[in-house]
Amino acid sequence: MNPTENKSCCTNAIDASLRVPLLALFGGAAVWLVVGLVLGLIAGIKFHAPEFLAGCPLLTYGHVAPAANDAVLYGFCIPAALGVILWIFARLSQNPLALPLVPVVAAHLWHLGVFIGTAGILLGGSTGHTWLEYPRAAAVILFTAFLLIAVSAAATFGWRREQTLYPSHWFLFAALLWFPWIYSTANLFLNSNQAPRGVVQPIIAWWFANNLVFIWLALVGVGIAFYFLPKIAGRPLASYGQALFGFLALIFFGTWCGIPQGAPVPAWLPTVSSVAAGLTLLPLLAILIVTVKTTCCANVSCKGGSFCFIKFGMMSFLVSGILYVAAACPQYSRILEFTWFGAAQTQLQLLGFAAMILFGAIYYLLPLVMDKPLPLPKFAKLHFWLAIAGVLLFIVPLAIAGVEQGGKLADANVAFADANAVALKFLRISTTGQLLILLGAVLFAVNIFIMTIQWKLGIAKTVIAYIKSPLETSEVKS
Amino acid sequence: MKTGVCVFLAAFVSLGASWCGFVLAPVLQLGGAKQTVILQTTDNWPLQRTGDATLGLQVYRANGCAACHTEQVRQTGMANEVTLTGLGIRKPEDFSAFAKSLFVLPELASYTNAIAASLNGWNGALPKTLFITGDNDLASAMADRLKAAGVKSETRLVATGADIARGWGLRQSVAADYLYDQPVQLGSLRAGPDLANIGVRVPDANLQMNHLYAPKSVAPNSTMPSFKFLFEVRQKINGAASPDALNLPKEFAAADGFEIVPKPEAKQLAAYLLSLKANVPLYEAPFTPAK
Ligand code: HEC
Repeated sequence: MNPTENKSCCTNAIDASLRVPLLALFGGAAVWLVVGLVLGLIAGIKFHAPEFLAGCPLLTYGHVAPAANDAVLYGFCIPAALGVILWIFARLSQNPLALPLVPVVAAHLWHLGVFIGTAGILLGGSTGHTWLEYPRAAAVILFTAFLLIAVSAAATFGWRREQTLYPSHWFLFAALLWFPWIYSTANLFLNSNQAPRGVVQPIIAWWFANNLVFIWLALVGVGIAFYFLPKIAGRPLASYGQALFGFLALIFFGTWCGIPQGAPVPAWLPTVSSVAAGLTLLPLLAILIVTVKTTCCANVSCKGGSFCFIKFGMMSFLVSGILYVAAACPQYSRILEFTWFGAAQTQLQLLGFAAMILFGAIYYLLPLVMDKPLPLPKFAKLHFWLAIAGVLLFIVPLAIAGVEQGGKLADANVAFADANAVALKFLRISTTGQLLILLGAVLFAVNIFIMTIQWKLGIAKTVIAYIKSPLETSEVKS
Repeated sequence: MKTGVCVFLAAFVSLGASWCGFVLAPVLQLGGAKQTVILQTTDNWPLQRTGDATLGLQVYRANGCAACHTEQVRQTGMANEVTLTGLGIRKPEDFSAFAKSLFVLPELASYTNAIAASLNGWNGALPKTLFITGDNDLASAMADRLKAAGVKSETRLVATGADIARGWGLRQSVAADYLYDQPVQLGSLRAGPDLANIGVRVPDANLQMNHLYAPKSVAPNSTMPSFKFLFEVRQKINGAASPDALNLPKEFAAADGFEIVPKPEAKQLAAYLLSLKANVPLYEAPFTPAK
């Protein structure tokens, strides 16, 4: 049907226009990814050895666990996704990035916001709402930074030379609208001096968490995958109709998920969520079909390259979506609610799906943007295998732990401590998985840093050469 | 989806709809919620917390206790609990024999094991729970039979489910319980026990503080981290312990001449934990309270 994009003369100019903003976004994102995974590892170890770092109030479990999740989501996934979105928008518009300075400022603002937020949580300033822990100052900064980047993306789109609208556009465009809306709503209600009373708070927090962790990441991940898969496979995205259905059904049904089945709220809320979760299977299926049709016959040798990262990401998306729907089923929810199962699903969504797709995209586009091959391509390959092994070792035991723990907790004859002990056995394997994921992330960060340093050295050299050369000529002339 | 405007409209309409449903509607439906009345009384529920307990909620939030603890009891249903309250002229052995004579009744068939087990080795202590049934007719029929046999019994409405059986509460948590929580700390993972009724279960502030200081001093295999930093180790003044000092088992106590004293945060947190009680019957979560 439609090719990924029309080629034109100025691809190099487009890529060059993104160099500075993308380095700022990705560099900070890589740091936060490593920070988040280290915090997550500390949290994991604390479960086996509660005395570990117990004397350090900053690093008590109730601080590191949310700080780790937020650093991975707000520190890595969102800015990395924004960088990839800017690149895709510029490429699809066949236009250099509009307002290129704006995203540079915004990237630094964003990372400052994440820093303040993380410090806030560690110092005990968390708001106490899941995924909204960052204190007010951080939330304001993040919101502003996001808007700035969205403006630049919208301007790039608005001044486009190539008029065709691709499926990637739908998903990414929706994502740019989604975040400011949900983030401002949630913070205005929950992070203000006049928060609503009682259970309205968790209801809004659940609505927000669903729309961020499930829907926003899905929009971004699938949108990015629908750009890169056809591009790398060298064939158009299969089945426009199914992609359109997947998009519409995802945003129309998916956005109603997220209220837990056992929640102490008026019964219509969890019921609506449960029905919506069932219907969300339809877009999952449509997206699966499009992905498989696009990639199945592609003859791409994929030894740890971008293609593999993104394909693995799409598989994780499907599994994570199915786990999400399963947990919204009243029968299963009775067992799975309040267990490690929920954490397994969330981490799969973050690290198995979103992060994998972003790794793939960044490994693909960064050499183009920098006009230089990856400095350590072997690291990228090793990263792939570490990431896959890590995700499997992390998530699978965690999900099993959840099911086991849930079964034991549902039987009042099993002592609470025994239910806990069963889960702990599995958690031990999970912590190993976390370690592998962290190692992979370090390799990723090293590649980005070397590229940044090479680029800075390159600039320094040009500057020095520039300073030297005109001096000589001017001396001669005057 | 040929133009950006179409995409924008589709996204706007779908997110706007869920915003109306899950943000606006709950704010309108529940935002103005007021205290409710405790069933069969004129008392209001819930009560405002005391100053210390209100501050304690902030300590709970700041330390992220909700990462491991929920504050929400679930129930699977309601049932009738038939309890003996007086034997009249009968002896315990007589009553056991009488109860077993009822086992031939077909409607009692699925409860005979439970009744037999509960009477096994019973020394006559009252009140004595005979059995629990979801069947209202059976419960009242049984009450009639017991009355006819000259023993006193009581049929109480109880909530059922694993959380209730674990002693985590007498009924499920409902929206009204959280009216004064700011922020509401429902939690999503039970790495530790549910705390919705910890003030009923462990009403002793000193024990709570011992547990916060050294969880293993209360629960030997605890995986709960210690919150030592909410306490201070101080030299005893003239060798005398201050009234606030923790009274810990030897292996957890401070060195000779020193004592462990809670900082204000620890006291507030303990006050908050003691304030966690959701143990009164409400219209939306009824049960028969113990007399
Ligand atoms: C890493 C997870 C974790 C964190 C964080 C945590 N707890 Fe616990 N908590 C547990 C576990 C496990 C138990 C059960 C073993 C025990 O009693 O120590 C427990 C038990 C308790 C109990 C006793 C419950 C009972 O039924 O007797 C109380 C009270 C309690 N925690 C309060 C707190 C408070 C207050 C905080 C925050 C300052 C907190 N916990 C933070 C894991 C945690």
